[in-house]
Amino acid sequence: MLFTSLKTRIGITAAMVIAAAGALVPRSTTLRVVDPDTKQVRDVVERRVPLKRGLDLQGGMHLGLELDQSKRASADPAKDLDLALTVLRKRIDEFGVTEPLIQKQGSDRIVVELAGITDPVRAKQIVQKNAFLEFRITDRSTALEKALPAMDRALARLGVKGGGGVSTAPSAVAQLLQGDSAGAQPSDSTPVEGGALSGLIQSSAAAGYDPMPGEYLVEEGAVARADSLLSVSDVRALFPRRLEYRWAASPISVGARSFRPLYVIEDRPIVTGSSLVDAKENIDPLTNGAIVEFELDRRGARQFGEGTGRNVGNYMAIILDDRVQGRPPVIQERIERRGQITLTGKSFQEARDLALTLRAGALPVPLKIVEEFEVGASLGEDSINKGILAGVVGTALVILIMVGIYKVSGMLAVAALAFYLLFTLGVLAMLGATLTLPGLAGLVLSIGIAVDANVLIFERIREELVHGKTVRLAIQEGFKHAMSAIVDSNVSTVLTALFLFQFGTGPIKGFAVTLTIGVITSMITAVFVTRTFYMIWLDRRPTMETLSI
Amino acid sequence: MIRFFANANYDFIGFRRIAYGITGALFVLTIVALVGWGLNYSIEFTGGTLLQVRAQPNTDVAAMRSGLDAQGIHGAEIQAYGVPGDFIIRARTAKVGTDADDTQATAAAVGAALDQVVGTGNYTILRREAVGPKVGGELRTKALLAIFYSFFAVLAYLAIRFEWRFGLAAVIATAHDIILTVGFVALMRLEVSLVVVGAVLSMVGYSLNDTIIIFDRVRENLHKYKRDHFSDVLNRSINETLPRSILTHGTTLATLTALAIFGGEVIRPFALVMVFGVFTGTFSSIYIASPVLMWVEQKWPGADARGVKQQAPAPRRAGDVVQA
Repeated sequence: MLFTSLKTRIGITAAMVIAAAGALVPRSTTLRVVDPDTKQVRDVVERRVPLKRGLDLQGGMHLGLELDQSKRASADPAKDLDLALTVLRKRIDEFGVTEPLIQKQGSDRIVVELAGITDPVRAKQIVQKNAFLEFRITDRSTALEKALPAMDRALARLGVKGGGGVSTAPSAVAQLLQGDSAGAQPSDSTPVEGGALSGLIQSSAAAGYDPMPGEYLVEEGAVARADSLLSVSDVRALFPRRLEYRWAASPISVGARSFRPLYVIEDRPIVTGSSLVDAKENIDPLTNGAIVEFELDRRGARQFGEGTGRNVGNYMAIILDDRVQGRPPVIQERIERRGQITLTGKSFQEARDLALTLRAGALPVPLKIVEEFEVGASLGEDSINKGILAGVVGTALVILIMVGIYKVSGMLAVAALAFYLLFTLGVLAMLGATLTLPGLAGLVLSIGIAVDANVLIFERIREELVHGKTVRLAIQEGFKHAMSAIVDSNVSTVLTALFLFQFGTGPIKGFAVTLTIGVITSMITAVFVTRTFYMIWLDRRPTMETLSI
Repeated sequence: MIRFFANANYDFIGFRRIAYGITGALFVLTIVALVGWGLNYSIEFTGGTLLQVRAQPNTDVAAMRSGLDAQGIHGAEIQAYGVPGDFIIRARTAKVGTDADDTQATAAAVGAALDQVVGTGNYTILRREAVGPKVGGELRTKALLAIFYSFFAVLAYLAIRFEWRFGLAAVIATAHDIILTVGFVALMRLEVSLVVVGAVLSMVGYSLNDTIIIFDRVRENLHKYKRDHFSDVLNRSINETLPRSILTHGTTLATLTALAIFGGEVIRPFALVMVFGVFTGTFSSIYIASPVLMWVEQKWPGADARGVKQQAPAPRRAGDVVQA
């Protein structure tokens, strides 16, 4: 037999103990946290046991993301996914999470795991925000006003009549299908001018608002209807050439009424967010509102300079994810490298998040969340405590059974069990494996199963003793004959665990890993460590004639 | 020295007919349970939204339900969970008119309903799961494949280490265990979650373990007692490994009981499935794996076969029942 020398065996056991204990010694870990007062991301160093806890134990969020191609198909999904991955890495790196996991899963999914986050809504926004920024000049030619009558006529031909006021049915398409007119009950609040669209869309001046070229107002309640009418294909075909429209990000109020501005803009941006090199949140000293200051790269600055220089006196819409931010400012002079985005009615934190996403770059295609798991930190803590309680009770029962039945030999098995726990946790720490809630359950269960190898050996020794063999020989034979059963049964367990690992998501993977490591270390402790104990025992009492088993 | 069943000499194989009767009855129960009310899959597999919330103990469940209806989420399940005031809300169908694979609309609607009924700030979300049906479908396929592949891997391993006859017998016994466990899950109305699938696969490992330990003894005894009948060798092997079986099952059940009682709501189904697995695994090792091995040996005699000396105790019927 290998390692027959007692000294070698003790040496190897001691080495394993030192290695496992060393892996578990609390060490300084750098944690990335967000300071609650200054809201700045900073790194703190804390001493903790280097066992990684899964999201279900420490609280956190798991997101499965896929490209959302419902609005616009991606030309090259594989490339876009890789690009999105890079952008997400940059964003989350600045968001302030310790050891985030951001990786591709399969060919069409990105998995993001953020441990210990306290504001899941904000985290989701940061992950999902497209952050596609562009600057476009608003139209001064009043082209939309000229086109509106034609649009009204086109809609009338389709059976949509005017007077669709604030309170009418939301879907113009449904009306088209029914051929029904919603104009039967005109609302009192909106003066009906006849046309379906012209009744909804009015110029700023008409609403009694400080006028601005390219700006139109739609009453807040009628926005959905106006939007659906504008997207009817016959209306789209009549929309002025080389112009597009975008809605404002937030409504404005004129007197007691709330309007949503609609901007008619050029179809080509002067410059987009891809030319951005830096973005920083700040407070506008004049208005006290949140702003984001940005800086462009050289090429972007040149484009921006040319564009703004050509358009001095015109208005420039700042469009983020297809929404116009604030009221377009007039271009006073040529602007080159630097500029700022005014965020009306947004908090400083939102400005910070916007700056962060702008710095990291825009997502090539919007992402949709196809799976989400979120566990509160308190629930995780609760799970750990319950798992530990179950573990303590379970272990106590196993100790009781083993010592009750196998006496001193049982105590050896219990001692081996302590080694087993130490080794298993040590290996988990060394491999950087993650301990999950099912993994914790697996660990508790494995305490019950880990003694199986010792039970097999002990029963075999007893059989040999009954057959009249000496203590020394019985122990030797017992270990020898129990070996094949132990190996075969454990290999089959590891095989099933491997398949579990292959198919599982986070928590189940943790279970499979814990089970596999547990099975392997239980074999080592039962076969090697217990045997060493016996050898020490026999070494001290060479004349032992009866074995306490 | 305390030895349970140390010199046991039960005629396990002789009693196998009774065991077949029990297995048959359990199979019927399984079919009744599966046809009757089927399996209750968790949203991980079906897709949907789950929210575990902590609210006031006197929260009105009916109001919560109508609040969800008002938000366009129909047929949600609301279930008290653990301590009073803790609820689990499961919405398996997406909010009307939204893309179900884009999970956020539904999750937001559930949140809005809670804000309205329970009041913003009057509850905390302990856990949230939102899974699109596409992801759920993928997971179902993966889980089935994992069970399927692990079958063949074990068969292959046993074929190498023992002989294909042993492997076949062990796999048939395992199939028996899985089917009965599925029946148990259906009968107990446990939710089929990832954790439960994990328990089923662990149960497979555990049951195989038990079968292998008996087979290991059979292999040894076939060499030792070359003149004995196969059924005698089986009986002897089962009896010899009985003390080990009782003890290991005892310690395993001890930890499982601790998990079931103290481990919390998430782990309890896992522990319950495993407890059932310990029993069915023990049963199948003795009454399914061993008789099937005997039947296979008679059908296709191996190197150690007892050949013509065989008394052939109605092998065909034994095989038929097992295959059923």
